[in-house]
Amino acid sequence: MDKTVKAEGRSIDSASPREAQSAAKSARLARAKPPAAIRLGIAKTYKLYINGKFPRTESGRYFTVADAKGNIAANMCRASRKDFREAVLAARAAFSGWAGASAYLRGQILYRVAEMLEARAEQFVAELKLMGVDKRAASREVTATIDCLVYYAGWTDKYQQVFSAVNPVASSHFNFSILEPVGVVSVLAGRENALLGFVEAIAPVIAGGNTAIALASEQNPLCAVSLAEVLHSSDVPAGVINILSGYRKELAEQFASHMDVNAIIANGDDASEIKMIQEQAANNIKRVIIRKKPVAPDPYQIIDVQETKTTWHPIGG
Amino acid sequence: MIAPKPDQAPRVDQVGVDERVARFRARSIKKASKVEALNLVLSQIDLTTLEGQDTPGKVRQLCQKAMRLHDSLPDIPHVAAVCVYPMMVAEAKKALGASGIKVASVATSFPSGMAPSDVKLEEIKLAVGLGADEIDMVISRGKFLEGKYQEVFDEIVACKEACGEAHLKVILETGELGALDRVRHASLLAMQAGADFIKTSTGKIQPAATMPVTLVMLQAIRDYYYDTGRMVGMKPAGGISKAKLAIHYLVMLRETLGEAWMSPEWFRFGASSLANDVLMQLQKQRTGIYQSEDYFSKD
Amino acid sequence: MNKATAPHSLNFDTGWAYSPAPESIDHVEIKDQYKLFIGGKFVAPKSGKYFDTINPANEKVLARVAHAGVADVDRAVKSARDAYDTVWSKMKPAERGKYIYRIARIIQERAREFAVIESMDGGKPIREARDVDIPLAAAHFFYYAGWADKLDYAFPCRTPQSLGVAGQIIPWNFPLLMAAWKIAPALACGNTVVLKPAETTPLTALKLAEVMEAADLPPGVVNILTGDGSTGAAIVNHEDVNKIAFTGSTNVGRIIQRALAGTDKKYTLELGGKAANIVFADAAIDQAVEGIVNAIFFNQGHVCCAGSRLLVQESVADEVVAKLKERMQTLIVGDPLDKNTDIGAINSAAQLERINAYLDLGQEEGAEMFQCGGKNPDKGYWCQPTLFTNVAQSHRIVREEIFGPVLAIQTFRTLDEAVAKANNTQYGLSGGIWTDKGAKIFNVGAKMRAGVIWANTFNKFDPTSPFGGYKESGIGREGGMHGLSAYLDLH
Repeated sequence: MDKTVKAEGRSIDSASPREAQSAAKSARLARAKPPAAIRLGIAKTYKLYINGKFPRTESGRYFTVADAKGNIAANMCRASRKDFREAVLAARAAFSGWAGASAYLRGQILYRVAEMLEARAEQFVAELKLMGVDKRAASREVTATIDCLVYYAGWTDKYQQVFSAVNPVASSHFNFSILEPVGVVSVLAGRENALLGFVEAIAPVIAGGNTAIALASEQNPLCAVSLAEVLHSSDVPAGVINILSGYRKELAEQFASHMDVNAIIANGDDASEIKMIQEQAANNIKRVIIRKKPVAPDPYQIIDVQETKTTWHPIGG
Repeated sequence: MIAPKPDQAPRVDQVGVDERVARFRARSIKKASKVEALNLVLSQIDLTTLEGQDTPGKVRQLCQKAMRLHDSLPDIPHVAAVCVYPMMVAEAKKALGASGIKVASVATSFPSGMAPSDVKLEEIKLAVGLGADEIDMVISRGKFLEGKYQEVFDEIVACKEACGEAHLKVILETGELGALDRVRHASLLAMQAGADFIKTSTGKIQPAATMPVTLVMLQAIRDYYYDTGRMVGMKPAGGISKAKLAIHYLVMLRETLGEAWMSPEWFRFGASSLANDVLMQLQKQRTGIYQSEDYFSKD
Repeated sequence: MNKATAPHSLNFDTGWAYSPAPESIDHVEIKDQYKLFIGGKFVAPKSGKYFDTINPANEKVLARVAHAGVADVDRAVKSARDAYDTVWSKMKPAERGKYIYRIARIIQERAREFAVIESMDGGKPIREARDVDIPLAAAHFFYYAGWADKLDYAFPCRTPQSLGVAGQIIPWNFPLLMAAWKIAPALACGNTVVLKPAETTPLTALKLAEVMEAADLPPGVVNILTGDGSTGAAIVNHEDVNKIAFTGSTNVGRIIQRALAGTDKKYTLELGGKAANIVFADAAIDQAVEGIVNAIFFNQGHVCCAGSRLLVQESVADEVVAKLKERMQTLIVGDPLDKNTDIGAINSAAQLERINAYLDLGQEEGAEMFQCGGKNPDKGYWCQPTLFTNVAQSHRIVREEIFGPVLAIQTFRTLDEAVAKANNTQYGLSGGIWTDKGAKIFNVGAKMRAGVIWANTFNKFDPTSPFGGYKESGIGREGGMHGLSAYLDLH
């Protein structure tokens, strides 16, 4: 399983000394050629995140991601359909526990993710910068991501109150409608905002008690994959969020067609892909949520992946 | 013998019972089936007078009515019984003679039942001694609500023994029991203690008989029959004054207990004014013309 | 066809039988031929084609109705678009609401006529049409009428906007009620409508068109097209339709979802079901038995949310099944127009064939079949109420939607086993729980993956109560406040 992949063409990073220094504080990104007196940097191997573990792809394949300067930033796992299948199994197994967790606990855990991200903020700023985001924008994106997590952490025990209902039926029954998570949700993250966009896509899914398999942006996967480290240290139960990297063209169809996935969220505006997703989703009447453009956080995105359950009971003696 | 505890009786859901009753009431009984039902209702009536102002004269009149409901309608049955206080049993027995109509006597300190057990038993023996064919006793609701089920049970057992050959109808006074679960429990308790009939009400408390209460009692009878093979009769009493409602009761009886119970031997209506409405309906069926009360005797 | 097996069983073969009590039909007008209702007028179909609609209880033709082709669909959509652009989307919401109130009132006034036609065209007992379908249809219009000018309150921090033209395709099991479920919220939200009733039950929708006329609804706001699957497909595929609402089988729902891929049409789907009705040993057994009957035999079992799988706890299984068999002996199968009929005619010859195939299949699979042995009328399509015992989760009669009066009975030992069996299906529309213990209701209710949970009751409907499924039972909700979002743009 844990086969080592020999990557070809590993290049020397040409980041400036200051940047290299900053990166060294967090997980070391830059594969820097060390000045004579400094020790050799340890580059991070980016792996998948499935069922609370960090496996490499079972396929043994990889793809390279280039940084802003066109150099290879990392070799990413090119996840296969089997990796996706494993991730769905993990998400399904985790579902009843996570859906059954109290809203308070889910809120606490999402808040914990925010705390952990805050603590590792510099690592993510560095990763964003590596991919060409300027420093101020990178900082803004990381803080916005943390705030997004806090925002949804706060919603976990409120959306039910805002969107559920007691229905005044005419017969002698008590009738109420509550929201329940739809189940296992597959998420195709958009290209924009590697970190913020990814978190904005998965946070409302998780806040509502679903479990997820998310595909990181193909062009810009570093932050999403690194986010797994944050999740891993944040009491998020294994399998609740599974993160894959790989070729969207190869995996999107699997994300859309899998019979044990209840909903798909696809960020992006590729018309032919959207059509394909909707067609494949019909296999099991999957709920399809298409977000052609990034959407600011709001509770309706939680509701998008909720089912309404209505319960009747007689009122009598 | 040990009295059944509340948890030995099945649960009852009131809304579900109401819905089932609504279905019975939605049955449309027309033409031949209506005439047949009306005749059956007449034959199942316990014509009743239970007033402080009852006199031998009133009872004699009632017995005449019982025997000759409406002379201008040939081929109609007589009622099943006349139901009176113990003091009136002898008068009724004499007036009814060999008509085949039974004399039913309330007893056990009707309607409250608030008397010592030995007094109640004496009253039964008195009524039976005067010729009562059937005894309508009341259960001690106070004791039942207090949870002294064994005392209630033992009293019924003693009453049954005191009845000798007379049939024992046990009045639960469901209007005082407060819930259908208790009706179901009290029905089971009464049957296990030896009741030949179970009866809803004295007629002195509102609500008296209702279809939901009667359905629960019929279902108790059915389950008791499943368990023991012994048939127990049913008597809703009080508040059934219209033929249409009585027919709904028969529909309910038919679809709950079936053919075997469709006779005066196993089902009675305790009523004082039902008979005339049934007669009017029969006349209407015969003539096609709606009737006036002025044409039917009020006794 | 064995009799109930209780040691002391009852005899419901009484001397006293109910005389026929037929509902009078002399007050009902059914024309020989119906055209399409487009732009506020009945117009002949461009297709030039008509088809018969028959009474499934006697196989007699009731009327000829037009078959809408692609050109007719196009005309209806244009008329709906025109009405949307020029009138309906511009009207004050409160005024829109008043039209819908009018519709509700006229249906109430003409309720019995609707009930009779519903029974004749679809085969359902007049009692159900009279007491359930028609009153609920009127209530739906009345409920949604009031929403028209209150939509802003339903969605915090959003400004709801109407969608445009809604294409609506409804099934044959509750023809007028389904039309009401579809049309009422669509109109309240400011959309215009092209509605296609089912091929075998077009008449009450056409009568509803008369109501729209009588209510002076602006022409084109509601268009009603009769036809078959090809008509429905033309509506789904019409490029100027903004929203599709479909109720029907999961297979057709799948086709529609595929057909809509790549379009921006919004859609809601109410599809099939195979609901588990779980009876625990501590239930009020007599009411549970009644609930089982109501769950599977209501409307001949032509109900997507029917409780077609009974899961009964082993310790009470014998009692429940024995009581169920006795109860079934009092069900009256026959003339739908007789007020005492409990189970009417199967909706069509094709549906009867499908049900009968499942009856054969169930027996081939080794299940034990029970029917009371009642005699079917000579003409028409009939199926006696049927139980299958000795069935397993793997049987097709347990897995597939039969859409007839056929109940598969399984037993369970523990709560977890009941829940596991209940959820072991591709469907998730509804479920039943019977127990006297409140804590158990909340526990099991939360674990059942279904959109409607009936606890100590079954098959209850109300305009205020959202209805719709999990998993392959559909997408979206109809009814209640939740039913509004299907007809609004909330962005």
